Amino acid sequence: MSIAHIMASCMGGIRTAGDLVAWMQMTRKMKIGEAKAYVADKLGVDAFNLTNEEIMRELRKDLGIGTVTSIAGGPKGITAKYKIAELLDIKIRSVDLFKTQLGL
Amino acid sequence: MNKQVLTRMGDGERLWLSEKKVRSDIEAGTEDAAQRGSIPVLDSEEQQQLFDIIAEPSRVVSVNPGEEVISTDDGCTMAFYSGQDGGGVGTPMSRLQAVLTYERACGADTTSMGHSDYSYKPVKSVINYEAGDYYNISQATTVPFWYGAQPNMGLYFQPDGPCPNASELMPLGKIAEARESQEKAARMLTEDMVFVGRKLAGVGLEGLNFDTSGSAGDADFLAALNAVEELKGSEPDLPILMGGSGEFILGMHGEVTYKGKRLAGLYPQDQVKAVEDAGADIFGLAINTSTRESLPWNLSRAVTFLKAAGKASTIPIHANVGMGVCGVPMMEQPPIDSVTRVSKALVQIGKADGL
Repeated sequence: MSIAHIMASCMGGIRTAGDLVAWMQMTRKMKIGEAKAYVADKLGVDAFNLTNEEIMRELRKDLGIGTVTSIAGGPKGITAKYKIAELLDIKIRSVDLFKTQLGL
Repeated sequence: MNKQVLTRMGDGERLWLSEKKVRSDIEAGTEDAAQRGSIPVLDSEEQQQLFDIIAEPSRVVSVNPGEEVISTDDGCTMAFYSGQDGGGVGTPMSRLQAVLTYERACGADTTSMGHSDYSYKPVKSVINYEAGDYYNISQATTVPFWYGAQPNMGLYFQPDGPCPNASELMPLGKIAEARESQEKAARMLTEDMVFVGRKLAGVGLEGLNFDTSGSAGDADFLAALNAVEELKGSEPDLPILMGGSGEFILGMHGEVTYKGKRLAGLYPQDQVKAVEDAGADIFGLAINTSTRESLPWNLSRAVTFLKAAGKASTIPIHANVGMGVCGVPMMEQPPIDSVTRVSKALVQIGKADGL
C-alpha cells in the first residue's frame, strides 16, 4: 500500500529530489511549495524538474549526493548525507555525529 | 441511462454506484465534516474535481507532474519482514535490508524503523539494541531516516501496567480516580517518550515520530505534546513528527488542557495548532474511515478536514493513509484503486504536504 502511495503521489526519494525536499520539511518546517522552491534554488533547477529523473539522475551523480542505481565507489549513506547537509545548508544530526567522530 | 462508477465501500467491498449517488455521497461527506468540525464544505469546483478522480475509469490514478509530495511512514519497512498482524508480507529480511530496499527499490522520500510492538513503553527496556540498530542503519541510508513508535498510553494501565485501569473505574462511577490514574499514566508515558528520544538523539537520530498520538484519549495526546516540548527544550534540532489518531480527540479524561486549551474534542484544525505550539515540525493528520459509507463519502470528508487543517497550520501536514484512515478502506489489503484515488485527492484537493 505504501508503494502505491509513493507511485501515485510522492517525489521518488533518491530517484529524484524527494529526500532533499523532505529534509527541508523536517529541519525548517517548510510546507511543500516552499521546500521545493528552496531545494530548486540550491540545485539551480526549475522546481518542476525536481521529480524529473532525466535531470535529477545526472545532477545527483555530479553533486555526489547519492543515486538510486548503485555506482561502485559512488557516495551513498553518511557520505552522501554529509554533502546534502552542506548543499542545503542544514543540520543533519547523524552527519554531525559522524563529523564529531572524525574530529572535524 | 445513468452512468455507473466502479468504487468501494469503506470496508473495501467493490460496487457500482450511479454518478448521481457518487455526487450525493461526496456532498454528504463534506457536509458531515463541515458540521462536525465547524469548517467550510468543499466548494462545487472541488466537489467536481473529487468526482473526476473517483470516476476516472483507470484502475490506478496519480497526481499531476509537479504536484508530488513527500512520503513519511509508520514503520512501512517492517511490512517487508513482519507478519499479518503488522500488515507484513513475511519476507526473511533484516531491518537494514528492509530499510535500504524501501529507500532504493521503492523510491521512498524518507524511511524509518521501529520496535515490532511499535509503542514507546517496550522500547525503553531494549533501548540500547534499538539505538545500536538505528546507528548502524543511519550510516547506510541516504534519505531521512526516522525512528517511530506510538505513545499507546493503554499499556500503562493494569494488567499491562502499574496504573489502576481507568476504563474499569469509570463504569463504577469513580470518575475522579479514573482521571487521576490517566494523569499518572500520562506522566509516565511522557517520561518514557523523552527517555527514548534522548537516547536515540545521542546516536545521531535524524527524526522522531510520535505516531497515533491520542489513541487512549486526551491524556495520551497531552503526554505526547509534553514529550515534544520537553525534547525540543533539550534537543532543539531534533525533527519531530507528531501524528493524531482520529478526527477528534477522545475525551477519556475530559478536562486535561495544553497551554490553556482543553484537548478533548479537538478537531484537526485545532489539533495541529496544539502540535505547533509544542514545537513539532510535521503534523500527521488522521481521519476515521466509516466502513458503512462509500469511498466517495469517506474521501470527501477526509479532504474537507485536511483542507481546513492546512489553512490553519504553519507547519507541514502529512495525511495518514494507512488502513482505515483518511478514506483508505478499512481492510487488511487495501485495494490499489482506492489507495491511489485517496492519495491523489488528498494532495490535489486537500493540499497535503506529504502522505
